[in-house]
Amino acid sequence: MPEMTLVEAVNLALARAMEDDPDVVVLGEDVGINGGVFRATVGLQTRFGSERVLDTPLAELLISGLCVGMAAQGLKPVGEIQFMGFLYPCIDQLVNHASRFRNRTQGRLTCPMVLRTPHGAGIRAPEHHSESTEAMLAHIPGLRVVIPSSPERAYGLLLAAIRDPDPVVFLEPTRIYRAAKGEVEDNGEALPLDVAFVLRKGRDVTLISWGAMLKETMAAADALAADGIAAEVIDLATLKPYDEATVLGSVAKTGRCVIVHEATRTGGFGAEIAALIAERALTSLLAPVARVTGYDTIVPMARLEQHMMPSVDRIVTAARKACQFS
Amino acid sequence: MASKKMSDGGLPVIARFEVRHRNYLAPDGSINRPLPAFASDANLITALYRAMLLLRNFDRKAVALQRTGRLGTYAVSLGQEAVSVGVASAMREEDVLLPSYRDNGALIWRGVKLEEILLFWGGDERGNQFSGPVEDFPFCVPVGSQAPHAAGVAYAFKLRKQPRVAVCMFGDGATSKGDVYEAMNFAGVHKLPVVFVATNNQWAISVPLRLQTGCETLAQKAIAAGFIGEQVDGSDVVAMRAAAEDAIAAAREGRGPRFIEAVTYRLGDHTTSDDALRYRSADEVQARWKEEPIARLRNYLVSQKMWSKAEEEQLAAECHERVEAAVERYLATEPRRPETMFDHLYAELPETYAAQRRQLAGEGDA
Repeated sequence: MPEMTLVEAVNLALARAMEDDPDVVVLGEDVGINGGVFRATVGLQTRFGSERVLDTPLAELLISGLCVGMAAQGLKPVGEIQFMGFLYPCIDQLVNHASRFRNRTQGRLTCPMVLRTPHGAGIRAPEHHSESTEAMLAHIPGLRVVIPSSPERAYGLLLAAIRDPDPVVFLEPTRIYRAAKGEVEDNGEALPLDVAFVLRKGRDVTLISWGAMLKETMAAADALAADGIAAEVIDLATLKPYDEATVLGSVAKTGRCVIVHEATRTGGFGAEIAALIAERALTSLLAPVARVTGYDTIVPMARLEQHMMPSVDRIVTAARKACQFS
Repeated sequence: MASKKMSDGGLPVIARFEVRHRNYLAPDGSINRPLPAFASDANLITALYRAMLLLRNFDRKAVALQRTGRLGTYAVSLGQEAVSVGVASAMREEDVLLPSYRDNGALIWRGVKLEEILLFWGGDERGNQFSGPVEDFPFCVPVGSQAPHAAGVAYAFKLRKQPRVAVCMFGDGATSKGDVYEAMNFAGVHKLPVVFVATNNQWAISVPLRLQTGCETLAQKAIAAGFIGEQVDGSDVVAMRAAAEDAIAAAREGRGPRFIEAVTYRLGDHTTSDDALRYRSADEVQARWKEEPIARLRNYLVSQKMWSKAEEEQLAAECHERVEAAVERYLATEPRRPETMFDHLYAELPETYAAQRRQLAGEGDA
């Protein structure tokens, strides 16, 4: 199996989906001859033509709205928003249309679209290029919110998102676009949505994360192992709807849970998981649920951004504290 | 406008644009200019008349239902019936309509049942699961946000080489939104088979057109998107039908999008929740009653001996009967069970929400 980066895996999945299904259309700014600002769509226009791989005018609302109209006609549009900070004009389309299209027509019309966008900080990009506002999206009923953490899962989950009959926002962890490498077989096999992946088994503490932060989370698990603490690491992968059973099952086993995300803490998706555990697994807990997150401030520009994001040390400290609690 | 006063300094003109206005029937029903052929087709022209009158009757009943607590907020078409009826009558069944919340007349023309429209405004999503063309969009409530959908639908037609047209309807207020301009701009780039119809009824709730735009016309907004915009007398159903026919034919033949500004007047309140006397005078409204589309067409029909008093009386009775029967069916609609609010959330309900559904159905804890 060839080794590739996460962004190459995204490209591979897009090509595979377009090859398999003539209804798949890729649209966005610079996705054509330029191959996307991160090169996720490189080569697609040459291979599939400019009608199926189209450069849109510079208008994000339009991209999301076009996707809704195309999807209503049975196309499978995959829209690209260049950075998450430019996603916000699409919120109206996502909340008022894409996510409720099936419901408001009682199944007469549906919206099988995917909106892809890079997610997160850590690449020393300009202002507005480092957002991680996934919790906002995960609050929208009728939507799926998916974020891979490896090339293999990027390939399998993106194929699943494109084939899914409902709208999916597919967040791509910018920081590990090229840093994450792995073997990916172009077998056309989708991974399941709504399912969390247990990346590492352990009995002492459950570490839950998604996207690029899995890198630090896995490193923290290594560090903890050196101390004799066996951490179980869960990649949530689909945030909406998320795999409650895997979370609860793991916490029932370990009794301790640290949730890691780079988004700001208050109202972050970690709060949802902590609430679930409080509601459904309180008696299993041996320590308070801990959150290691970005601070409740504006994501700083390049010079300070690394201080915003959870470090391996912060994760290890939180996990140790949980283990020492009782 | 400063640009108009600017001295040209001998600079060459590189482009000139013009906007045309279309009208056939004067407010009194007399003929202003040679009529299109269909205006002497008694079947068609009386069908337009019947549709407008049915809509007016339906609106009156809907308001009565709302006032007596049997319908939710409702938006009447009073005074602008010619727009939705004229446009819909020029569409083919396989075309796709993307209506705004005041385009009932277009839905009814395309086969949506009156009771389905009542069901929607009565607060039941099943009203959108209607018996009109299956690919038609439901009413769009967030103003102008369906315009990009129309461009997407039209793109799909073009990609699949289908000779179909998307028809997107919205009001004058919507033309202030980026959504509408972004959609028109894209449609212009790709010469998409889409027709945008702006019903310029002069008022966006309480905001008059002069606070909506500094343009002389809304039609000229199409110029910036690279295609033809035409201003039409929106209270003249002959003009509306003719303009829509031309625009839809052009779009279908691959000549790109068109924009129609239908100039009319909202004689009623914005919705049943509005009181228009707060922001405009009764005198203003009274004066506009002279232009309204139904009396105008009736005068024309009578003058052409295509309509009689007996037919008018028979139609009134028919409309009454049809509306009353629909209201009966609407009021007799079986209520939905509460847990069905989950039934079309996703193609397949994820387990976590299925548990909430069971809770709502009284089948256990979530």
